Amino acid sequence: MRKLAAVLMAGAALSASFVARADAKGKVIGVSWSNFQEERYKIDEAAMKTAIAAAGDKYISADAQSSAQKQLTDIESLIAQGANVLIVLAQDASAVAPAVRKAIDENIPVIGYDRLIENPNAFYVTFDNKEVGRMQARGVFAKKPQGNYAFIKGSSADPNADFLFSGQMEVLKDAIAAGRIADVGESYTDGWLPANAQRNMEQILTKNNNKVDAVVASNDGTAGGAIAALAAQGLAGAVAVSGQDGDHAALNRIARGTQSVSVWKDARALGKTAVEIAALLAEGKAMSEIPGVVKFAGGPKKIEMNALFLEPIPITSDNLDVVVDSGWIKKEEVCQGVKPGTVKVCG
Amino acid sequence: MIVLARLLKSTELDTRLIGMVGALFLIWIVFHVLSGGLFLTPRNLWNLSVQSSSVAIMATGMVLVIVTRNIDLSIGSMLGFIGMVMGVIQAALLPKLLGFEHPATWVLTLLVGLGLGAALGALQGFVIAYLGIPAFIVTLGGLLVWRGAAWWVTSGQTVAPLDATFRLMGGGPEGSIGATWSWVVGVVACVAVVLSLARSRTQRQRFNVPLRPMAAEILVGGLGCAAVLAAVAIANAYPWPIGSVRRYAEAHHIALAGGGLSIAHGIAVPVLIAIGVGVAMSFLATRTRFGRYVYAIGGNPEAAELAGVDTRWVIVKIFMLMGVLAAIAGAVSIARLDAATNSEGTLAELLVIAAAVIGGTSLAGGVGTVPGAMLGAVLMQSLQSGMVLLGVDTPLQNIVVGAVLVFAVGIDTVYRRRAAP
Repeated sequence: MRKLAAVLMAGAALSASFVARADAKGKVIGVSWSNFQEERYKIDEAAMKTAIAAAGDKYISADAQSSAQKQLTDIESLIAQGANVLIVLAQDASAVAPAVRKAIDENIPVIGYDRLIENPNAFYVTFDNKEVGRMQARGVFAKKPQGNYAFIKGSSADPNADFLFSGQMEVLKDAIAAGRIADVGESYTDGWLPANAQRNMEQILTKNNNKVDAVVASNDGTAGGAIAALAAQGLAGAVAVSGQDGDHAALNRIARGTQSVSVWKDARALGKTAVEIAALLAEGKAMSEIPGVVKFAGGPKKIEMNALFLEPIPITSDNLDVVVDSGWIKKEEVCQGVKPGTVKVCG
Repeated sequence: MIVLARLLKSTELDTRLIGMVGALFLIWIVFHVLSGGLFLTPRNLWNLSVQSSSVAIMATGMVLVIVTRNIDLSIGSMLGFIGMVMGVIQAALLPKLLGFEHPATWVLTLLVGLGLGAALGALQGFVIAYLGIPAFIVTLGGLLVWRGAAWWVTSGQTVAPLDATFRLMGGGPEGSIGATWSWVVGVVACVAVVLSLARSRTQRQRFNVPLRPMAAEILVGGLGCAAVLAAVAIANAYPWPIGSVRRYAEAHHIALAGGGLSIAHGIAVPVLIAIGVGVAMSFLATRTRFGRYVYAIGGNPEAAELAGVDTRWVIVKIFMLMGVLAAIAGAVSIARLDAATNSEGTLAELLVIAAAVIGGTSLAGGVGTVPGAMLGAVLMQSLQSGMVLLGVDTPLQNIVVGAVLVFAVGIDTVYRRRAAP
């Protein structure tokens, strides 16, 4: 069904592109992906393709398959293929630097997509990750304003895991200082694997003799692992749990009441925005003149650069209609196994 | 002291296995002390047993693979792929055909999974045995192929929730057999131990093989029985958490008295599955012609071939078996997570190989036991979950596990060199 929708969308985009052909400038937008193993980036790509076709430009791409080395040659080959602007989802933020420098030297604007590339001449477009962390903490805090909190953090190798955690702590630090909230366990999740999150949650529950009131999990996969551990103790639904990504399974859990919040970043909005910025930059617009641009210097090296942050949306049982109405997920999928009358969207 | 040593020797128990059990207990006690008395509790041991089962199941097959001087790097990915397929079948396909939560869903799903495992394993085995491509390469290819395939099944989307009956394979309060049945299993196992000892004694008499002294027989039987019953007692000492009890009481319209209801977990279903697999694989390895062939090939492939063993077909069968075991482990792990994800089983192949090797399987071939590999799995899992209990950071956990692996095999190598005349 989603495939069909994608085909229809692509079809609509195609016919739109015929109309737009009149003023087609034929810009070539090159996109270097880090890996397509994640469901996410296929969605971004579809949105980009649609937007690029609608503007009458050309899409070329390469997938680095999780290899920082391959990404270097990918970017060189995109330049060789005549890209006017590059969108780069960096596999490794520092390893990609030489290729980015080369592109900028050739006067090809570079947009760091979703992951930071710290170069003053590059543009950065992403969701506000700290804000995601804050929203996760707020979502859980709204349900459990006091009690024992456990933190299931992301992979220790991913800088985003720490961004998220610092956002979470920002919201909770007053309550922790006031003694209303106790931090009873923190653990990184190796490789973001749900099975690892489950094991870590089991050990945290064992350590605290089940006295855990809320779990701040950093994404929906780890939330799923934590909830499986809670369910084994009959605690699923009684403990507030956060997440991120709007995974279909997680949205269903929100409808069933075992997860409290999933912070949703609409990948399609991100893809579309990146392409729009790319088109403007390719036309020669300065980075500081992009609508909505802000100065950002929050990276590890504190380099100031131009950036655009999209606002994520926290999805709870009250606003599940947002994801359904936007076509992200079908109503039947959200409502599978939900008791009638408990959630607004499901009736 | 000397009497005791002689008695121990007369039991003919594998000293390396005894050494491993000793090491395991030592690790447990150290964790117990460091964690302030949290490790050796019924709850943690029960958790540990469930956490180990998926790796233990696959380790039993890995022994046979390694004994024949092969390796299987693809099982983690295969687990992920088969898990995804089983997830989609039970959560998307069958509900459409049969309706939601149909009683046959879990059987059909499992059958498809096992069939798929056998087919994938047979394919790899065929390429290895008949086309002569090294197992390392074939299964390295498999590692990439099946992981990609796992993504392909749903384009990376997580499948959840799973069928309620299927979920029982993953443990949890409902996925345990309760106190009474656990005792039944314990007593049956106990009787089986005694009967097999008695049988082996009569066999020895028949073929005029020297008998073990009666004291040794009683010691072995007694220890076996005691271990089994102690394990059952521990599993039964872990009561259902209050939340599950409340839900159960509501569902069955039982009024909860002040103290509530005390329901024991008993042995978890995944652990039963693992033990069942272990017993079956032990039998296969030590009591069947197939098992003899496996060790013969491992000891000397050319000699086995010249002796008329169809080595290629045996290799295909081993990899088929490995695929089936990966499917069983996949069912257990997705049931436990109540979701099928495309990353399920990442790096599991390394844990399984490590478990087999720690358990005394030699990469040079010809040597290795199924119980040893299962113990190796428990040992690895003990280290991991113990360190989580202590709040050790992940990178440090990996360092410790890696060091222990090399250390364990090192000790084993030294021991073997000294034991050899």
